[in-house]
Parts: sequence; C-alpha cells; structure tokens
Amino acid sequence: MDSSSEPLASGSLIRQSYRCTQRPNHVFSPPPAPCIEIHNLSYAYPDGRPALRGVSLNVQPGDKVALVGPNGAGKSTLLLHLNGILRGQGTVRVMGQEVAEPYLSRIRAQVGLIFQDPDDQLFSPTVFEDVAFGPLYAGLAEDEIQRRVAWALDQVGLEGYAERISHHLSLGEKKRASIASVLSMQPAILALDEPTAGLDPRTCRRLVRLLQELPQAMVAATHDLRLVAQVFPRTVVLDEGRVVADGPTADLLADERLMEAHGLK
Amino acid sequence: MHISSLDAYRPRASLIHGLDARVKLVLAVLFIVATALTPEGAWPAYVLLAALALGVAVASQLGVGFVYRRSALALPFALAAVTVVFSTPGRPLLSTQVLGMKLALTGAGLVRFASIVLKSWLSMQVAVVLTGSTPFPALLQAMRSLHLPKILVAVAGFTYRYLFVIGDEALRLMRARAARSGASEGRRGGSIFWRARVTGNMAGSLFLRSLERSERIYDAMVARGYDGEVRSLRLPALHPRDLLVACPFVLALAAIQLLARIRW
Amino acid sequence: MLASGILTSPAPMHIPDGFLSLAVSLLCWVLAAMGVGLALWRSGKALGERQVPLMGVLAAFIFAAQMLNFTVAGGTSGHLLGGALAAILVGPWAGILTVTTVVAIQALLFQDGGLLVMGANILNMGVIATLVGYGVYRGVMALARGQRWGMFAGGFVAAWASVVMASVATAVQLIFSGTSPAAVALPAMAGVHVLIGIGEGLITVGALAFVAVVRRDLVEPARAPAGGWRWAAVGLVLALAVSLLAPLASTHPDGLERVAEDLGFSGAAQDAPYQAIPDYVFPGISNQVLATIVAGLVGTLLVAGIAFAVARLRRRAVQGSVISD
Repeated sequence: MDSSSEPLASGSLIRQSYRCTQRPNHVFSPPPAPCIEIHNLSYAYPDGRPALRGVSLNVQPGDKVALVGPNGAGKSTLLLHLNGILRGQGTVRVMGQEVAEPYLSRIRAQVGLIFQDPDDQLFSPTVFEDVAFGPLYAGLAEDEIQRRVAWALDQVGLEGYAERISHHLSLGEKKRASIASVLSMQPAILALDEPTAGLDPRTCRRLVRLLQELPQAMVAATHDLRLVAQVFPRTVVLDEGRVVADGPTADLLADERLMEAHGLK
Repeated sequence: MHISSLDAYRPRASLIHGLDARVKLVLAVLFIVATALTPEGAWPAYVLLAALALGVAVASQLGVGFVYRRSALALPFALAAVTVVFSTPGRPLLSTQVLGMKLALTGAGLVRFASIVLKSWLSMQVAVVLTGSTPFPALLQAMRSLHLPKILVAVAGFTYRYLFVIGDEALRLMRARAARSGASEGRRGGSIFWRARVTGNMAGSLFLRSLERSERIYDAMVARGYDGEVRSLRLPALHPRDLLVACPFVLALAAIQLLARIRW
Repeated sequence: MLASGILTSPAPMHIPDGFLSLAVSLLCWVLAAMGVGLALWRSGKALGERQVPLMGVLAAFIFAAQMLNFTVAGGTSGHLLGGALAAILVGPWAGILTVTTVVAIQALLFQDGGLLVMGANILNMGVIATLVGYGVYRGVMALARGQRWGMFAGGFVAAWASVVMASVATAVQLIFSGTSPAAVALPAMAGVHVLIGIGEGLITVGALAFVAVVRRDLVEPARAPAGGWRWAAVGLVLALAVSLLAPLASTHPDGLERVAEDLGFSGAAQDAPYQAIPDYVFPGISNQVLATIVAGLVGTLLVAGIAFAVARLRRRAVQGSVISD
C-alpha cells in the first residue's frame, strides 16, 4: 500500500488493510502503512505550560491502543491532535496525510473523535440530527444519510432512538449515541476520551462489548484499567507529556512499579 | 430533580399530534390573529372561537382541564388591564369616591376589559395545544421551512438542547448555596448586597462554564465537519390529510370574523 | 408573570397575546425584525463560525441564570433579565440575538409571552434592553477611561437602565393598544422596574466581578474598540425616544390608529375619566402632557448626569495615583 496515494473512502480503506494480511505470499509483502503516525510531537498550552513533549507513536490499521497516565499527562491533548483541532510542533500523519490544511476535512471524516462529556458531543435537539450531522456536512445524498443513521444506531444498539430528545437519554445511552454520531461518518479510526467515565458496571460491560466488536483502529484515553485489559491489546503510558512505556497491555499492567510510578495504581 | 419535566410536550396518539408541525404553527397563529381582529364586545364571535379552541383541545387528548389551567397562567397579567374599566370613556355605570377622587366604572370599560381577557385566554389555549402536541425540534423544523432565519433557528435548537443541561448546573449551584445557608437563632443572613453579590458570582461562574462548554461543542462540531454553514435535511412534503384538516379550520375562522363584523 | 415551574419570568414584562392591538403587534414585529436583522448581519462578521454554538449556549445560560434568585424581603425575590450582561460579555449584536432566542423559546416552550405579540417582547427585551444597556455601559467605560471601577459602575447602571427602558417600552405598547391608561401603566411598570432594576444591576456587577477575576481577557476595558461615545449616544437616544413616546401614547388611549388623525394633544374629550386617576405629574407643573414629557426627560438625563458627575469626581480623586491592576 502506497502511503502517498489518495486516501479512499475510509470504509474501503479498512477492507483493503484487512486484505493485506490475507494476501497470498509474495516474494515481497510490504507492511501495511500505519494509519496514525506521530513523530516528535510537542505542544504547549496558550499560557505556556507544556502539554506534550516529543511524543512519537504509530498505530496500524485495526490496532486498539490504550493511552493511560495520570491526570494532566496530556492524553486528551494528544487525541485532539489527531484531527487537527490542536496543532503542535512535530509531524502528525493520518492515513498517510499530514494533519494540516487543506486535508483537514477529509481527515476529520476518517478520525471519529468521541469527547469525554457526551453532552458536548450530542449538541442537536434529537439523536437523529446528531447522528446525521457528520454525513450531512460531508455532503452525502439524503437517502444515503438516512441509511447511515439507521446503520450507526443499529451498530450501537440504539435502534428506534432516532426521534428521541438527546437530554432525555441516560448516560449510557448518551455514550452510545455519541459513538453512533461518529460511526455514521464511517471513519477508519476512533479516538475516545474516557469512554467509561461515570458509567455503572452493567452499562460499562455493554460499552466494552461494543468496543470489542467495532473493527476500526482505536485510540482511547482512559483511567479504567479493566477496560484496558478487556479491549486494548496495546498500551501506551503517558506522563507529563512524554511516552514512558509502549507495549503489550498484559506486560505493562503486570509491572507494578511502572503502574505506581505513573499514578495508575 | 431534572428540569426536563418542564418540557411542554406530552405525547399522545391524537389527531392533533399527528398533524404536520408546519400546519399546526400556521393555524395557531391564524387563530391568534383572528382573535386579535375580533372587535370588542362581539360576544357571539368569542363564544364560537371558544368552541373552536375547545374542539381542538379535545381532539388533542391533552385534557381540557390541563389546557384551561395552563392557559389561565397568563391571566394575572390582566391586572395590567383592569384599570381600563375606569378609564375608558363612556356612560358611567357606577361612581364612587375613593380618597377624594371620583372613580367612574363604565360599561364600555367592562366590555373592553372582558374582551382583552377573553382574547388572551383563547389565544393561550391554542398555544398550549400547539406546544403540548408538537415536540420542540419539530416546531424548529417548521419554523425553518417557513423561512425564518436559519441561524436563529439553529441557535434556538442549541438553546433548547442546553437549557436543561445548564439549568441542572444552576440548580446544583443553588442547592450548594442552600446547604451552606444555615441560620442560627436570632442571627439574620448577610445583607441584601452580599446576597446579590453571591448570586452574581454564581451567575458569573455559570457563564464561564457555559462559555467553556460552547468552545468544546464547537470543537465537537468541527470534528464532524462543521464549516460555519447551517445545513439541514429537507422536510417531507405535506400530507394531503393535513390540508384536509386545515381547510375547515381556516374557513371557520373566516366565518367567525364575518359574523363578528355583521352583527356589530 | 407565569409560574411555569421553576422557570418563573424574571419580571412582569412578557406580554401575553390579547393585550396588544394587532396594529401595535405588527409594528413591533417590523421594528424587532429590523433590529434582529441588523444583529444577524453584524454578529456574523464578528463571531464567524463560532456564532451558532456560542449564542445558543449563552441563551441557555441566560435561561438558567434567570432561575438564580435571591430573597429580597419575605416572599419576593430578585431575578436577572440578562440583556445588559449578555451585551457586555459578548457584544451588542450577539447579545440581541441571544436574548431574542430566550424570549422566543420562553414563548414557544413555556407560553411565557404570546406568539403574535412576540415581536413586541423581542423588541423590548431583546433589542431595546440590550442596546440601551450596552450604550450606557460603553458610555460609563469611556468616562472612566480604563479604570476598573468603570466596569462595575457601568455594569450596574447599564443593567438598571436596560430593565427600566424595557418596561417603559412595554408600557408604551400597552397604552397605544388601549389596554391600560397611561396614568397607570407608566408608573406601575416603570416604578416596579426601577426597583427590580436594582437587583438586576447588583447581580450583573457580581457576575462581571467574577468573570473579571477568572477570565480577565473577557472584560478588559482595553479590549473594547473605539467608539464608546457613539454607543453611549445610541443608548441615550434610544432611551429618550422611548421615554418621549410615553406622553404621546397617554393622549391616545384609543389606539395607534388614531395618532395619525389627531396629532394635536386634545385633552378635552378625555378629561372626565382622567381626572379620576392620580396623574403621572411632575410637581409644580399643571399641564399633564408637559409634565409627563418633563418627567421622562428628567429621569433619563438624571441617570446620565449622575454617571457623568461620578466619573468626574472619581477622575479627580485618582488623578496622579497609579491605576490599579
């Protein structure tokens, strides 16, 4: 796969990447290009405080990576760089494209960012309008929009919720609706900020099952180590804006000293 | 406690609930205009209008008592009009002396006052049925398709979405204040200026939180492709059934207006 | 004056349907549309892409802020209308649109204010209150020349003036519709709101003080662009125009339609009922109409004069001392 080629409609790109691994052996099988490449990213808040210091990270298509670290480590800030809401020094490439004008609108169609507070994400009066927002602004035809909304709601288990008023939903339903609002754009990557914050155990389990089933590449900033263990095979530990560990989840979680040193246990 | 209980909409499977929001909005406004046009003292016209409003209320299955009670809520404003019974020129029905001043109650004044109160009450009934039978987002879409400015309708949508969220935050602030407002025997609370300042601080804190929330919302919109243009899906075409219900209503209003002019 | 659960109207200013004549309602719609149209145009230029979420959430804030109350005495409580505060925090045009949205939703969702008379409610609370409030604020800020007290004095007087002017405009509309005689409507509305305005002023100042501490950049005097005096003039002229309409309305209780016909102040026909009610009179002047005009003018000029005098005194007092942070 040529990393400089035009990113295709994101759905087909996923299917292509899966095909990569199923191809019969060639003499030379090029490795799949990462869908996220971050190289030496640094960012400071407007008041001068450094948030990220030289972060480097690659994510392959279909990978599920957890970002953990104490409060203020820069996890949410890092996520906001994935679709260009924040721009720092260093390189960030998504699907081979640099995160900069004029590629931003295409990149934003491929990175589904799910904010921590679903009330920030669900800003329309009805669930339907929220889930239709992304496709509508992508310029899709009306019947395609209707199809995508129905499909996205179905994916998250909220069939029949289209005409519901957003503020009447429970927190768990809102979390799922915010995922649907992003799924309808059919992104290649999901970036989640504290997906299980505030959920009771049963709702948590439902969300975990949903995240396990979704095929997209995922990067999730979270404190919930159970979620990490259940859904994310790879973990990256951030502390004070730096990557201090990056490896298989099982190994990192078992390393007590690492966990304690960075406020995770 | 959740403020969403104050949403006016009550779901029912009624004829009125099933009507298109655009039709309901236009008919409601036409009714209110017709009421405003009805001359003072044209009692038969008012009775017919009341009957029409009652019919609509019954058809909506919201409960006549509910509609009558909610529409009576505005009537205290009638106090603003009550002195009109004394000030309207006409033949005095009865005069009294109050504190050295002569007050003359006129027939014309009573008629005017009663007409104002009736007009207000009847208009409110129709407004209550409109909001009780139409989910607010549908009303917004109706306004948009009736070519009210897109930006205002979009802003109204956001306001509706967030007034309950921020209202909840305000309630929490007030509850926190109440929890710290114990009073002991013989000790009065702070001065009114202090109390106003505390309230002002709460307002300021709420404002800043709202501002920050609006910035996060903007980020969420941009993350899904927002470009500053207000876009929306087209509404489906009107069902012939809606027009079938609308026509007799409009004709009834017109007939009542004619009746009111002929008699008076 | 609806008691729709917790969301009580802050002041008896939301006119329900039926209390204004059709002519007055339509005229107010036209004026309101002009004001809102102007605001739409100007706020788009100032806020750009962010205007929709910002104004929407701000309107929701005003709704919620109207719920914050404080006990004045016994059962009564003071509330916030918010027009002046909105204008001070986000500028006059966004302020107009925000309060307009609040008024519209109050009418549509809670029947607080009628549908046909919404134009009048928007005109009073959305346009007049906001513009007068902003004009007064910018005027006081210009007088204070960047000193901190300017923000607080300006905020207080702006909020007070915005509420009072909105109430006077409401009274004028009631009078022109023949719903209420001038001699009752004006003192009742203006009188009540002169007091309510104090509460509005206090809460506005409290809010501004908080914001000034936490987010200085939002209320920095230096941030305000040039043209403070022009805005002050706008606010003053608007207030005067509304006040002058009052005596004009009082002589035409039979409605706006008659104004065109008899522009003369004929008091003869209306003498009998009017002498029964205490007049809205300025002590020492016997002619009723003249007295009302003078009262309105004096009231407005008094407020402006006080602000100016205070500014002059303070400037002399702080002359030479270091301006506080």
